Amino acid sequence: MEQPFDLVIIWAGIIGFSVMMYVLMDGFDLGQGILYPFAPDDHSRDIMMNSVAPVWDGNETWLVMGGAGLLGAFPLVYSVFLPALYIGVFLMLAGLIFRGVAFEFRFKANTTKYIWDWAFAGGSFVATFAQGAVVGAYVQGFATDNFVYVGGAFDWLTPFTIITGLGLVAGYALLGSTWLIMKTEGELQQWAYRVTLRLLVLVLLVFAIISIYTPFVDAGVMERWFHGFSIIWFLPLLALYSAYLIYSSVKKQQEGLPFVATMGLFLFTYLGLLASKWPYLVPPDYTLWDAASAYESQLFLLLGFLFVIPFVLGYIAWSYWIFRGKVKGGYH
Amino acid sequence: MELDPLLLSRIQFAFVVCFHAIFPVFTIGLASFIAVLEALSLKTGNPLWQRLSKFWIQVFAVVFGMGVVSGIVMSFQFGTNWSNFSYATANFLGPVLSYEVITAFFLEAAFLGVLLFGRDKVPQGVHLFAAMMVALGTFISSFWILSANSLMQTPDGLVLRDGLYYVASWTDAIFNPSFGYRFLHMALASFLTASFVVAGVSAWFIMQKRELAANKKALSISLWLILILAPAQVVVGDFHGLNTLKHQPMKVAAMEGNWETGTGVPLLLFALPDQENQQNLFEIKIPKLASFILTHDWDGEVPGLNEVAPEMQPPVFIVFWAFRVMVAMGMLMVLFGLAGLWLRRGDRYLESKPFLNGLRVMSLSPFIAVLSGWIVTETGRAPWLIYEQMTHAQGLTPSLTGGMALFTLIGYVLVYAMVFSAGVFYLMSVFRGGLETANAEQTDSDVEKAQRPISAANANLDGGL
Repeated sequence: MEQPFDLVIIWAGIIGFSVMMYVLMDGFDLGQGILYPFAPDDHSRDIMMNSVAPVWDGNETWLVMGGAGLLGAFPLVYSVFLPALYIGVFLMLAGLIFRGVAFEFRFKANTTKYIWDWAFAGGSFVATFAQGAVVGAYVQGFATDNFVYVGGAFDWLTPFTIITGLGLVAGYALLGSTWLIMKTEGELQQWAYRVTLRLLVLVLLVFAIISIYTPFVDAGVMERWFHGFSIIWFLPLLALYSAYLIYSSVKKQQEGLPFVATMGLFLFTYLGLLASKWPYLVPPDYTLWDAASAYESQLFLLLGFLFVIPFVLGYIAWSYWIFRGKVKGGYH
Repeated sequence: MELDPLLLSRIQFAFVVCFHAIFPVFTIGLASFIAVLEALSLKTGNPLWQRLSKFWIQVFAVVFGMGVVSGIVMSFQFGTNWSNFSYATANFLGPVLSYEVITAFFLEAAFLGVLLFGRDKVPQGVHLFAAMMVALGTFISSFWILSANSLMQTPDGLVLRDGLYYVASWTDAIFNPSFGYRFLHMALASFLTASFVVAGVSAWFIMQKRELAANKKALSISLWLILILAPAQVVVGDFHGLNTLKHQPMKVAAMEGNWETGTGVPLLLFALPDQENQQNLFEIKIPKLASFILTHDWDGEVPGLNEVAPEMQPPVFIVFWAFRVMVAMGMLMVLFGLAGLWLRRGDRYLESKPFLNGLRVMSLSPFIAVLSGWIVTETGRAPWLIYEQMTHAQGLTPSLTGGMALFTLIGYVLVYAMVFSAGVFYLMSVFRGGLETANAEQTDSDVEKAQRPISAANANLDGGL
């Protein structure tokens, strides 16, 4: 049946946007947990946690929305990815739970404070690694038969996904350190400047490894990128330019630009990844259109989204406005 | 030993959902109670209402936080362990769950901040509005999730093509035949839960002679609510049961422990259902009463489990006893409502030690009732995941092995055990702190830190040891 609009493309845009929102927003607060063990002192840790405390649970709502949105618009992704990444999903959820409650309990605890420090750092690391491994597993593709996952429990865990997992850990840490540059001052800010440069080197290293590795994991990617000139070549160039901007702005001790440029680095890498796999949503066999739910379901949901999401975005902007400015002092 | 992924997944889902369910059932009712307190405060100007509200908002913050954390897991359970079910029903389930996120979760999140931290930053009317919006959000959330659950009990408005469900009528699917009864039953259950917790905690404070004026008001309100809501729940429960009899007769047969279809069926007060031999042991019964309750005719015909093959019957023992536990809790609630009314004369309900102690214990009763009620309705649907359309086995993730399911089952039990004990421990310290701590002057740094749900509570995790 011919439909007046191809909702699949619209939904691909909405889900892609939600995933990017989640990665950028939860990325910098997960990054605090990854940087946590390396912080100069306990007072800095208080500030780091404070800097994301008001916004982190709103950030994680995007994850729930991504999950529910996929079930609504691209159920095949939901029903293949989650079984295929079964163990990884559990680790991610356990990590998110521990770091989530650590926010609440750490400031209440005295003698048990160190437990919640570990819960925050460990939970953030595990959750981030698992998310990075998901990205790697997506590039690798999934063993499916007739729309059902048929692979094993640890198919997702390969040298490649370990690299992408660690790569995302470095990437979120970079988002976290540039966030600290923007939100703090004094010693902690100087520490964040130093850490940012080291993390940038690490991220670029992983970036290079993954770029060389990916075409060997997936021949289609090789074809896409190296079969003559393509407009998508601008994406890695823009990513590299973002990396240069991070470097130069840190050198000049600018406060806002490092974070913005890191977001740019993430955005162009993400778009490059999508360009590599387009239009496959459950590689190697199923495209966006194979994975989509029924037209009337996508339409029913879209009407709600169009009406409600402007309010949601308005609230988020408002809450960030409330908590704008530098974070000062600890709680104690 | 062969590990059965189906059994382990069912145990895992039951564990995760039971753990999660106790939080929202409390916060839905409590949110409305807080909104009422805020409204009374605004209308009368009596500072007692605000003292009460400040305390109960702290309790709300802790319980809500635990509910959110455990709820994230739920949104992934369908996919990890029941992917065939998710995929087949995604055209309905996906939009419904997404609507829950965008219409309820974001609304709650938006106004929770104002409710918890905005008392001094916004006018009192806006603060009341925030309390009402949070309460509304909890109801919208239960609207969608109960619609999804009811569809699995009484599917309607869907057509099945090539193994996938398509929505033929959104109205029929969302407002499916059992949805209204289930929604009303759960809404009343939430109000009763909040009423009994408020009554129990207030009774405890009164026995300790703490903040008597405010806590007596809270006890009085909750007892009036119990007096009205508990009998109303019995009536709604009866209608829900009749609806179940019409659409899911085998569930009712298991609830009644009735093995053979017949007329003039007795009501069993006690029995040990023996599924293997398809009979009951040690029956204690009232003749013809089950027929009368279910058909309003002493000789009415009641369906028995023998109408389906033994392997298509739900586990009778569990359903039979969970139902009796739920009903017993309901009867106790009605009794306490009536006792409260009786003791009103001369304000004895504020003095009677046995009554106040009874209320303390009864604050657990709604949780027991809600969990056993859900066990009845979910276990009673077995072996069906979608009633008479898809079995549990058909809905399971095909690639799932017993080892994987066991690993995550143990993992969730460990994670929740840690989170739950920390949360309960913390809630206890909020209770110990009482209205006094909740209304203590906050320092500037306290105000600044209190930007997270649980941190709104003004007590120390290690305190009171």
